[in-house]
Amino acid sequence: MPIKPLFIQGPSATIRLLLLGVLSLVLMTLDYRTQHLAGLRAGLLTLVYPVQFVVDLPVALARWTSEMVSSHQSLLEENAGLKVQQVLLRAQLQRFVALEAENMRLRALLDSPFRIGERVLIAELLAVDLDPFSRKIVLDKGSLHGVFAGQPLLDADGVIGQILHVAPMTSTAVLITDPSHALPVQVERNGQRAIAVGSATGNSLDLPYILNNADVREGDLLVTSGMGGRFPPGYPAGRITSVTRDPSQPFAQVSAEPSAHPERSHQVLLLWPKNDQSASPSSLPTPTASTKSSASDRTTPAPLVTPLVTHP
Amino acid sequence: MMIGDTRSWWIIVGTLVGAFVLTLLPLPVWAAPYHPHWVLLVLLYWAMALPHRVGVGIAWLAGLFLDVIEESLLGQNALGVSLAVYIVTKLHQRLRVFPRWQQAFLILGVTFLHQTIGLCVRMSVGQRPIGSGYWLPVLTTAALWPWIFVVLRDLRRRFLVH
Repeated sequence: MPIKPLFIQGPSATIRLLLLGVLSLVLMTLDYRTQHLAGLRAGLLTLVYPVQFVVDLPVALARWTSEMVSSHQSLLEENAGLKVQQVLLRAQLQRFVALEAENMRLRALLDSPFRIGERVLIAELLAVDLDPFSRKIVLDKGSLHGVFAGQPLLDADGVIGQILHVAPMTSTAVLITDPSHALPVQVERNGQRAIAVGSATGNSLDLPYILNNADVREGDLLVTSGMGGRFPPGYPAGRITSVTRDPSQPFAQVSAEPSAHPERSHQVLLLWPKNDQSASPSSLPTPTASTKSSASDRTTPAPLVTPLVTHP
Repeated sequence: MMIGDTRSWWIIVGTLVGAFVLTLLPLPVWAAPYHPHWVLLVLLYWAMALPHRVGVGIAWLAGLFLDVIEESLLGQNALGVSLAVYIVTKLHQRLRVFPRWQQAFLILGVTFLHQTIGLCVRMSVGQRPIGSGYWLPVLTTAALWPWIFVVLRDLRRRFLVH
């Protein structure tokens, strides 16, 4: 074995530390102020994908095994239940389709640029842990699937969050309950607009800047207002749980419970808003839904959502 | 010599990848705030045992990967981790002869420093203040040091990593 020098660390380690320290500060500034580092982050995320995959593997394996060993009888029961649900939902959808067509005709009469109907893709959550002090999730779809930063994310019950960073195979999303996230919403009952900020404590939303005399009640449903331009309007965001009016304060303290359940669902919906054609990928087949700009010549209304990929 | 070199690198990189797996591993909700800094622990051990192999540069790279998986600002963990490893490489001669509980105190100190840097960066970019639970990982990291030390030392002796 060769003799190792005793003082190899000498001054060079100090110089290296200083250089790397300066480099860290430059990187942090660039990352905070600009978007130039998105490529670097995507590259590094691609390198950590195998590790994320390995961590997710036991969970995925357990899910797969439980599907494999579930009995024929329980599968039949689940299938029957799903069929009933499907019929019910289709019946409801018929009404919505008629309403949508009527709505579109009326809006066309008013020359409103509003459109409904979007394209969606189902993504699965990777079971990996991130910083426990922020609420973020990792999805198994990335830029190869046409995912883009700022893309809205839903689950079966409402808005869940938006995409933050995109790598080729994965993407990370920030939840609407993250303290750094703000969502433009309106009260479904009367159209009162507000901003829903993620609460620092627990899984809830805060609505600051609501005046004391505003007409907001417990139990009101909050839907996205579409004001920020990111989220399409009309998706449920939460339900108001408490309104505290203190006359000495300028604003009421309003908190809401999010409609979506990110901790329960392991599948989420990625949404491509229809009027955002530039962002939709060309590699993916165009959905059957008509993307014509004029809504008035649409005789058969498109379905509300067109799933491209459905997982069993 | 060459073969021993390659094997040493494989072992070091393997333990680091293991630390990343442990970092990403989902913990139950009650345990999540106690999440120890696995990567920092492994880096600090190698910086103490083999300072000619694992130094500030490798620590900085590992920190950058931590930033990517934790979704923090690029460079935030890198700065803290490289500073912690720098202190340990500077003190590695003394640190090796300390009893393990005294080593754990130094680990507590450098982990605290790392966490403080993280807090400073968070505050300077205007994130909302975090509760006192932010400091829990410092305690768990230091408490895990004696065990990590034993595991990695046996690994190093078994595979003659030098």
